Amino acid sequence: MAFLELENLSKAFGTHNAVDGLTLGVEKGEFVSLLGPSGCGKTTTLQMIAGFVEPTAGAIRLAGKDLLAIKPAKRGLGIVFQSYALFPHMTVTENVGFGLEMQGIAAAERTTRVGETLELVGLGAFSGRFPRQLSGGQQQRVALARALVIRPQILLLDEPLSNLDAKLREGMQIELRQIQRTVGTTTILVTHDQAEAMALSDRIVVMNHGKAEQVGPPHEAYEKPATAFVANFLGKTNLVNGATVRPERISFATSGLAGTVRTRIFQGNHWLYQIDTASGLVTVIRQNTGETMPAEGATVHLAWGQ
Amino acid sequence: MRAAPYLMSLPALVLFAGVVVVPLAMTVLLSFHDWGQYKGIEPVFILKNWQEVLGDSYFHEMFWRTFRIAFFVTLIAAVFGAPEAYILNKMKSPWRGLFLLVILGPLLISVVARTLGWALLFGGNSGLVNKALTGLGLISAPLPFMFTETGVIVALAHVLMPYMVLAVWASLQRLDPQVENAAVALGASPFTVLRRIVLPQVMPGILSGAVIVFALAASAFATPAIIGGRRLKVASTLAYDEFLNTLNWPLGAAVAVLLLFSLVAIVWGANRLVERRYAQVFA
Ligand SMILES: Nc1ncnc2c1ncn2[C@@H]1O[C@H](COP(=O)(O)OP(=O)(O)O)[C@@H](O)[C@H]1O
Ligand SMILES: [Mg+2]
Repeated sequence: MAFLELENLSKAFGTHNAVDGLTLGVEKGEFVSLLGPSGCGKTTTLQMIAGFVEPTAGAIRLAGKDLLAIKPAKRGLGIVFQSYALFPHMTVTENVGFGLEMQGIAAAERTTRVGETLELVGLGAFSGRFPRQLSGGQQQRVALARALVIRPQILLLDEPLSNLDAKLREGMQIELRQIQRTVGTTTILVTHDQAEAMALSDRIVVMNHGKAEQVGPPHEAYEKPATAFVANFLGKTNLVNGATVRPERISFATSGLAGTVRTRIFQGNHWLYQIDTASGLVTVIRQNTGETMPAEGATVHLAWGQ
Repeated sequence: MRAAPYLMSLPALVLFAGVVVVPLAMTVLLSFHDWGQYKGIEPVFILKNWQEVLGDSYFHEMFWRTFRIAFFVTLIAAVFGAPEAYILNKMKSPWRGLFLLVILGPLLISVVARTLGWALLFGGNSGLVNKALTGLGLISAPLPFMFTETGVIVALAHVLMPYMVLAVWASLQRLDPQVENAAVALGASPFTVLRRIVLPQVMPGILSGAVIVFALAASAFATPAIIGGRRLKVASTLAYDEFLNTLNWPLGAAVAVLLLFSLVAIVWGANRLVERRYAQVFA
């Protein structure tokens, strides 16, 4: 029996099934991502676990106990909202300490734990600031600290990095993973960014139209997509003679599928090719190793391990 | 080309000067003129009116009453208006519009009509409520409402409530609903969420509503004139009487100018306080 169990979880808004019979088990300490396009029901799923949305059908169990019977305020879950939802009228310290105050923890211990958690997220020097005096990345860390300081049974993250610029997002991904490893909290991340989900998770749940299309480790879902939707969502794919082939698995060879280079785009660490072949347009990605590569208009042969 | 914006705002500035600045300056000037029963207004420069207004205990009482009434009206409007706005904000779509109309509807009716409504309910022995209550034997004498400070306060609070509701509602709309959820998830009870999360965030709204209500209550004329009448004068009804009954325009001008300046001082001070208190927290 898994630590957190979602069983046939469903939510309908009117006639629209936002979440449709989702079943999932999350192990203790695991990092699981709900990945899917906008509107596929990720947030709704997370809000049902948090208790802000009531399921139409199904069950949620945490450590064997029925979670739906417990009020949201008593669930003891840590949540990081997409908008961060910091308390704008409280300082960083007050924001992070709020949960401990609600638990009735004495001021002295509160101070220690808030201090420790702020150090963990690298915000030790900002404790006296108000949220609007912080950058987006710093606000994001406050939200994370506020969720972690109560030592939640589960950490729920709703697109926590989507408001950050690309550079900062990458840095925060690494940091988030490190923090999660350090504290060992069971974590569920919601994201529409497949790179983020694959970088962070032990397992990903690829969702579409409220249903889980595939559940598995990132590598497995990428290499052995269960459906065409999963294959396309996790990365670029080619459909060649009925077989699905990732662009980076195709190489230029002396023999094989013949074609001409239609476009060639240099992207720093790799080259992106579009090749006209008898079985249609094929996308090819080749690492940039410094060798000279076929130019546009050149005739090439494509090979891949079948 | 630098001058263009100024030139473009010239018509508005001329209008503003014509209808606000000039009459105001003339009123201030008027308050320094002399007046006598038989000689009328004498355009001289004396401090008599100001000495009277600032030194006479009759005027002290009047101004003290004016601001006391305004204070309690503001308090009542805040205590009832803020929760009203909160409940309104929580309502779902068809009901919200309906109740917003119910709350703001009174603004469409003349203040005189609304105040006369109170007079009909509580006016002496013939007032509807008083008649009903004495008829039921619940009270032996009619409730004192007309010509009392309580009456003026209640009627003014009713008249000015919509302004408070609107001010608080505007600030509630700026709240991120997820912030309340965040507090709930951290273990806060509904009451704690209200007191620790919602209230501090709408405080600027309540305070700006309070400034509006206070200013309107202190300078209100129709309601104190109808409910308070001659027996319970406030600054605005006093100025009116000096102008139109006693015909002592200079004294009336001094009262009006003093009311204006003390209001400006109070509103400005309150704004400064709010800004300093909340500058760090809110944009
Ligand atoms: N409160 C609501 N009322 C009606 N429809 C909703 C509500 N919340 C979400 N939905 C709908 O449910 C679907 C899933 O929404 P959501 O869970 O927010 O998607 P995601 O987070 O994956 O982008 C969407 O089609 C959305 O329009
Ligand atoms: Mg979402």
